[in-house]
Amino acid sequence: MRGAAVTLRSELMGLSGIVERNTYILRRYIWWELAWFVWTLANTLTIAFIAKGFAQSGATIDVNKATSWLLIGALVWSYLGMVFGLLVEMVQWERWEGTIEHTFMAPLSRTMHLLGTGIFGVLYGIVRTAALFVVVALFFHLQLPHADYGAALVVLLVASISFIGIGMMTSVLPLISPEKGVQLGYIAQGLLLVVSGVYYDVSVLPGWMQALARISPATYALRALRKSIIDGAGVRSLWGDIWPLLVIGAIAIPLGLEIFRRGERYAKRHGKLKRSG
Amino acid sequence: MLPASAFSHSSAVPDAPAVEVFELRKEFRRREGLHRRHITALKPVTFAIERGECVAILGQNGSGKSTLVRLLSTLLLEDGGTARVFGHDVFREPRRVQRLINRVSVEASFFKRLSAIENLSYAARFYGLRRRETSTEIPRILERVGFPLERATGPMEDLSRGMQQKVALARALLTSPILLLLDEPTTGLDPRSKLEVQEFIREVRRVHDATVLLCTHDLAEAEELAGRVGILHHGDLLCLAPAADVKRRYRAETLEQAFFAATGTALHEEEEASE
Repeated sequence: MRGAAVTLRSELMGLSGIVERNTYILRRYIWWELAWFVWTLANTLTIAFIAKGFAQSGATIDVNKATSWLLIGALVWSYLGMVFGLLVEMVQWERWEGTIEHTFMAPLSRTMHLLGTGIFGVLYGIVRTAALFVVVALFFHLQLPHADYGAALVVLLVASISFIGIGMMTSVLPLISPEKGVQLGYIAQGLLLVVSGVYYDVSVLPGWMQALARISPATYALRALRKSIIDGAGVRSLWGDIWPLLVIGAIAIPLGLEIFRRGERYAKRHGKLKRSG
Repeated sequence: MLPASAFSHSSAVPDAPAVEVFELRKEFRRREGLHRRHITALKPVTFAIERGECVAILGQNGSGKSTLVRLLSTLLLEDGGTARVFGHDVFREPRRVQRLINRVSVEASFFKRLSAIENLSYAARFYGLRRRETSTEIPRILERVGFPLERATGPMEDLSRGMQQKVALARALLTSPILLLLDEPTTGLDPRSKLEVQEFIREVRRVHDATVLLCTHDLAEAEELAGRVGILHHGDLLCLAPAADVKRRYRAETLEQAFFAATGTALHEEEEASE
């Protein structure tokens, strides 16, 4: 019993090391982060202006609702990009800095390594996305009187489990292909968003893409977030979107870990677990 | 005293040698146009290192030294043979082995924008060390390796190579390894930093009874620090014996002459990189 407690403590300590490291990096690169935030803000504003543009060209739409709808899509894109980006670039980053061998030879379980990176991504992603939401909402004077932000946070947290799991699957790519892995990871992220209805309802997609939409966690996350923020739906009425997220998350995390484990074995077999240059 | 890592070193199997390598072999595949070429980085190699011993492996670039260290560090999987560290199978029980070892390599390998304290702090967490332990131990160890504490909070990229290497030594020692793998730890250092690092290696062995595997192409360093010296050439371990025996075996007056006699090349001639 005591042995198990010591092991658990060490595992959690390892996880906290990953979060601690990423916090230090964030602090040291704070100006880059600010520049990145401004870039994302500009990007989000561009998308949110689309609704106003349509209204001006004669389309009969509820501008407030359409702007909110697009804004949520842009925010989820940005949030997902943050979580995926951290996981996909985890290996590449360590290669550039030259720390990859030290990290992979430490007694840190890969589960804690990947979960630590994912958890940091979720925490930072939520703070950043909330800041982005506030700035854009103020800019457009968005009226969201019914919004249930608590339910939206629950949806985002539940969806994050699947996002971390899928991120783990893509994070192995730079390990097995140092030259092309990161790019392939971003392709996977892009494909996920195309089929998930980021700026449109999935019903406009061709049938085969709708089939893919059904297994994408982003589909359920986007739908539930829109219902909670625009229509004020609570957690209970969002259950129809939450349970698929839980199921996908329960499959994605162990699958992601197993894929990474196999990728790591491949990298160790072929000598790819080393720094660049 | 060094801090006790959260992992007990009692996990080392009693009376087992520090390192036991038997017929260990490693190949890499290299793509050349449409073809793949197999390159033997390590031919079947067999040797053992006793607890508390310091063994130096001499070899040119590409001779297989780093491959050997990376195999023992659990960063590579073998293509044949076995390797055990304090009785634990390196390839079947990597986590147990990882708790007993640490490594200092030719590149200091840090997040360059982070400070020495930040780099050491997060790395210690991977070995189960708590914040309250590292907050006192990190400055103490940095001081012991002769690192000026006033530089400990600035970015690593502003430090000289010698200073970075001292931080690398501090990182390795912070986790109290009982097997220290040193892969050319003094290459590229100025003479003074080199002497400081060498003195520290002696101290670690004297005070903490650590076992050291030192891969180097510095013959004087090998002779000075190691009880036995091995010559690795084209992935083949040609000999492993006390320096005096190596010289006698090759009828040489110096290690350099012995190396030349054993390999037909001088130590600093470049070989084709093995990986």
